[in-house]
Amino acid sequence: MAKYKMHILVCGGTGCRASEGNLLYKNLKNEVKENNLEDDVQVITTGCFGFCEKGPIVKMIPDNTFYVSVTPADAAEIVSEHAIKGRQVKRLLYKDPVKKEQVSDSKHMGFYKKQIRIALRNCGLIDPENIDEYLAADGYEAMGKVLLEMTPEDAIKEMIDSGLRGRGGGGFPTGIKWQIASKVDADQKYVVCNADEGDPGAFMDRSILEGDPHSVLEAMVINGYCIGATKGLIYIRAEYPLAINRLKIAINQAREYGLLGTDILGSGFDFDVEIRYGAGAFVCGEETALIHSMEGLRGEPTFKPPFPAQSGYLGKPTNVNNVETFANVPVIYNKGAKWFSSIGTEKSKGTKVFALAGKINNVGLIEVPMGITLREVIFEIGGGIKDGKKFKAVQTGGPSGGCLTEKHLDTPIDFDNLLAAGSMMGSGGMIVMDEDDCMVAVAKFYLDFTVEESCGKCSPCRIGNKRLYELLDKVTKGQAGMEDLDNLRNLSQVIRDTSLCGLGQTSPNPVLSTMDNFPDEYAAHITDQRCLAGVCKDLIRYEIIPENCVGCTACARNCPVNCILGERKQLHTIDQSLCIKCGACLEKCKFNAVAVV
Amino acid sequence: MIKVAMATCGIASGAREVMDFLIDELDKRNIDAIVSQTGCMGYCYAEPTLEVSLPGREPVVFGYVDARKADDIIEKYIKNGELLEGIIPVNYEKIDE
Repeated sequence: MAKYKMHILVCGGTGCRASEGNLLYKNLKNEVKENNLEDDVQVITTGCFGFCEKGPIVKMIPDNTFYVSVTPADAAEIVSEHAIKGRQVKRLLYKDPVKKEQVSDSKHMGFYKKQIRIALRNCGLIDPENIDEYLAADGYEAMGKVLLEMTPEDAIKEMIDSGLRGRGGGGFPTGIKWQIASKVDADQKYVVCNADEGDPGAFMDRSILEGDPHSVLEAMVINGYCIGATKGLIYIRAEYPLAINRLKIAINQAREYGLLGTDILGSGFDFDVEIRYGAGAFVCGEETALIHSMEGLRGEPTFKPPFPAQSGYLGKPTNVNNVETFANVPVIYNKGAKWFSSIGTEKSKGTKVFALAGKINNVGLIEVPMGITLREVIFEIGGGIKDGKKFKAVQTGGPSGGCLTEKHLDTPIDFDNLLAAGSMMGSGGMIVMDEDDCMVAVAKFYLDFTVEESCGKCSPCRIGNKRLYELLDKVTKGQAGMEDLDNLRNLSQVIRDTSLCGLGQTSPNPVLSTMDNFPDEYAAHITDQRCLAGVCKDLIRYEIIPENCVGCTACARNCPVNCILGERKQLHTIDQSLCIKCGACLEKCKFNAVAVV
Repeated sequence: MIKVAMATCGIASGAREVMDFLIDELDKRNIDAIVSQTGCMGYCYAEPTLEVSLPGREPVVFGYVDARKADDIIEKYIKNGELLEGIIPVNYEKIDE
């Protein structure tokens, strides 16, 4: 049987395909065949390399030579020079833009690999249900170091020096948070892990708990030691059964190994962890509401101060950190604050995990250093927009965030830049939108979510958001006047300024940012009664284009309300009075004969 | 050594069936291998995904693995070291490098 000596990998990602990657693949196969190398060299297509800008990409194995911007015409040279003679085709090598040197091996292309996995370091590598695998990956080493070699003060100082900021949304410096909690005197303190991940489209916390639960437990012990807490609580939504299950296994294993419980590692320090379930209310991601929910009360926020660090769970000092924040902690002690703070931007250190979703080719979870641009995330790691459509906006920060547009693509991503651009980091959901998305409808979608999730305690949020939603609804129905735009803005301002907690204070962000970035779309809905993206049902009409219709009856057969009339091989027409605008005809038509107007 | 990405996303797209298939088939075909589960690798668009490490070779990640593809992986890659269409290149840096 054939044993290949060499493999030629051709990127089969959408970006590379668009630049003739398919033809290149065919040419390479032909060249291999013509040179009778079929038994020695295998040509295959791969998934996206995440370097679409320089596509099509070709990688040679086993020597790992990495060719960029390869055209179909280069196939012959690659085979004759590299595969047969073993010489690299120098002109196709990647040129380092800084050093101006050619780099042949993808391993040395630091620039190419845009992702650094710190919080996700073990996800996808170790078996989450086996503590030995975590231990083999330096697990619990940081805990040992902190408990046995460092004083709580030193450990807190290390955390402050690292510059780690809370990954749950607000971006509060983690070390400072620990310091405040450590300075309060109390007979009992608590460490709480906030795993109430609620942003639509965000799933990084779930992935960490499912892939690497021990890293969170380890960090909680360290946190407990630093602030003088002996009890840890993980508040996790009951909708995450797999994460809960793996956490339980991890807790039991850690107890068995003496890594949780009394006198951990002989240090004299006691710490144990319990799991508390949330019922999936968005507001319970807010720390005071979360604490109330854990106490068995309604999940409603209370005014800060007092901060949880002063009076939290059961009135005792409590430090609440998010899952991703905790997942960073062990690495910081293992590799040092200096190493951690060397990654990222001036005020935002380290990396951030983003959940890429929406109209993007490589939907998934990525971890990138702070300071990377949206362009790199969307067009390189994310592989660009689906179906070659045009990028319109990216929504970051979930219902509390805003939409960023083309003009923000080259802004380095960090906590402060996103805020300045009218959005926020949030927990790291990134929903990419293309030309077919209506921005008014997007704002309405998020507001619908906020209205649903408002706890109802304070009136600006409870009533204000409802009214805001109604105004947006008017716009999408073409019933609003230009004065309503001012109303939207004023009401947004009031809700933002007067709401009790973060939910209400940020809920108008999607409205304000879409109004700022897409004023024309709002105006089109109001003055022209038109939805440019063809989304808002009340403002669109499906029509049949007579020149293209062949009378195949596909649309009529699929219409759920039978409103399309016309005989076989005759022009069809849509009865607008019956049409429910479901779009089934548009989807089924193979002749581009249905249009949205 | 085969690692199957068994997070919610992977399981939802059939990772559990693929893992069961691999365990059974490797056994039947007398191939000495460890099948282990792991968390999400982040390639949600290509689930189920699995990573195969052959002795002395770098791990390779395969995407869109169903039972048929898993069969191909055993026959072609594990037995013969032949690569298959649709492997996912490593596009991140590990911290210990």
